[in-house]
Amino acid sequence: MSGRRGGERRGGRAASGHGGGAAAPGGPAGDVPALVAEGLRKTYQLGRQTIDAVDGVSLTLRRGEFVALVGPSGSGKTSILAMLAGLLRPTEGRVRIAGEDLGELADRRLAGFRRRNIGFTFQQNNLIPYLTVLENVTLMLSLNGRYDAAGALRARELLERLGLGDRLRSLPSQLSGGQQQRVAIARALIHQPAVVLADEPTASLDTERAHQVVDTFANLIHHDRRAGIMVTHDLRMCRVVDRVIVLRDGAVDRTLEDPAAIARFADGALA
Amino acid sequence: MNGRLAVSLALKEILRNKGRFASIGAVIALITTLVLFLSGLGEGLALGNRQYVSGLDADLLVYQRTADLQIAASQFDRSAVASVRRVDGVGDVGAIGFASTVVEPRSRAAGGARTQAEAAAGGAGPATSAPGLRVSLIGVEPGRPGDPAVLRGPGFTSASGNEVVLGRQAALRSGMKVGDVLTVRSTQGAVDESYDLRVVGIAAGQQYQIAPAVLVPLITFERIKPKANLQDDPRTLLFNVLAVRAASGPTPAALGARIEGQVRGVRAVDLRTAYQNIPGYTAQQSTLNTQSGFTLVIGILVVGGFFQIQTLQKLGQIGMLKAIGASNALVASETVLQIVLVNLAGVLAGTIGTAALAATFPSTVPIVFQLGNVATALVGLLVIGPLGGLVALRAALRVEPLRALGLGR
Repeated sequence: MSGRRGGERRGGRAASGHGGGAAAPGGPAGDVPALVAEGLRKTYQLGRQTIDAVDGVSLTLRRGEFVALVGPSGSGKTSILAMLAGLLRPTEGRVRIAGEDLGELADRRLAGFRRRNIGFTFQQNNLIPYLTVLENVTLMLSLNGRYDAAGALRARELLERLGLGDRLRSLPSQLSGGQQQRVAIARALIHQPAVVLADEPTASLDTERAHQVVDTFANLIHHDRRAGIMVTHDLRMCRVVDRVIVLRDGAVDRTLEDPAAIARFADGALA
Repeated sequence: MNGRLAVSLALKEILRNKGRFASIGAVIALITTLVLFLSGLGEGLALGNRQYVSGLDADLLVYQRTADLQIAASQFDRSAVASVRRVDGVGDVGAIGFASTVVEPRSRAAGGARTQAEAAAGGAGPATSAPGLRVSLIGVEPGRPGDPAVLRGPGFTSASGNEVVLGRQAALRSGMKVGDVLTVRSTQGAVDESYDLRVVGIAAGQQYQIAPAVLVPLITFERIKPKANLQDDPRTLLFNVLAVRAASGPTPAALGARIEGQVRGVRAVDLRTAYQNIPGYTAQQSTLNTQSGFTLVIGILVVGGFFQIQTLQKLGQIGMLKAIGASNALVASETVLQIVLVNLAGVLAGTIGTAALAATFPSTVPIVFQLGNVATALVGLLVIGPLGGLVALRAALRVEPLRALGLGR
């Protein structure tokens, strides 16, 4: 089911960080995985035809691990991300985040769970246009009923770390695309979620800004020990991640874990 | 649901998009102005038509049965008063006659040549062609139902004197006060005559058929009212209706039935029925109410359309909010709060604007802002916003969080 080629595991449906086990051997003893997805399958009915958008994908993420989901259009990247976020119910399989099975949560509780345990950045419509940079970030604290002076201070510090200390009162429309994405990253992390999900965070950025954003993202995920998943079509962005999961036709085509293999993949050598 | 967060988001969006929300607020203000003016005009015209009748100190108005509740078509002579008065349960009866004529201050009519003493002596003189004030001339029996209480002046001193009581509007528009002499122009047969009457009182608002009312004793009325045929016996006192005040005991409806049963050829109705049968009254009110209704419907569509477009523009943003965990309750609260706040501001601005505009209107414009009607219109206006916003609210609630990822509705 899996075969390795220079740190590469080909085919198969499991995409665990370390051999597909539920626990991460590389992590601290007894460390519960931040995210476990088992046998995710999503089918759509198109007339009489059944379309398999996602076909038996499993993956496990440790805290502090940053994973890239890559693949051509229609490979199922966004559907997987949606299922991992609890935005889409899988036809089969289940997702557990911080030990909670998302399939057992009703829609209302699921929204609350997302609010507390998941951070998001999106490709577009990332920020609320009528809120300032600081307000966009502290929005997550307000939604969780955790906005206070300490939270506001933490938001300022996070934005300063992201190089936006002088833009706290700016509106999104006054920022560049890269700055907006960095605000979205701050918002995704401010409430200290278990998992951070990023959908094409560099899609609208030029190469230099895209690298800056992904570098920042990776640093924060590693530093704050969050589990991060980034969906991207830009292979160059994979050089900062710990693992690359390549999807094809809704299934895992191969998984790259070796840094050298990931670097070659990011350079286009293994694509 | 985080109520404070919903308020904060709603207010920040409004304050940071002032132009957009001000434009819909201005539209709501204009709709408010239109609705309030239509309401005021409706009430002004209604009052101008019915004020004297609806303000009568009586319970019933008695018509000639064949008149089909048309005051001008109803004709009684003195014997009718006695017949109605004999009915058990009748407290008091007053005969009332109605006519239309033109009045003007005495000094303008004849260069001020006549004195008050001459006016007191009465008598007809030649009419002038100067423009006067068109009024409803109402003949009443002093001290009987139909004779309004005077606010200033002694009131009628005799049942047949050359005296006149002015309604408030007639006094305002003619500029006359107690003690002045008023000239009534009246066509008698083929001759234009004028009659001088002394103002002996100013009553509260008295209008009938969109004309200010002047009231004279019934005997004087019979003498000076415009007549087509001078061959009529001047001793025959003719009038149009009888105002009946019930004694304690029967209800007005029961008394009306009793009068109709005991007096031949009459019909007795309450005052509401009476004024609703004033020619044109109901049609006029229906027209204005329909206009107000249409304006409110247009308001619902305009407000609804605005917020619907705004919601459609924000679908991605709403999807993102839901994806990061905002509840439907938060999204709904923010939407409803914005609709209510913008609507409230628009209605408030429109009300203030209407009041300011109305203050510049001359007294001849029949517009009356009656508290009850204004309150009803304002409640209607405050309801149209949320009502119009229901579609936008539904659209906002139907947005799926998946939309944030470019999937779903």
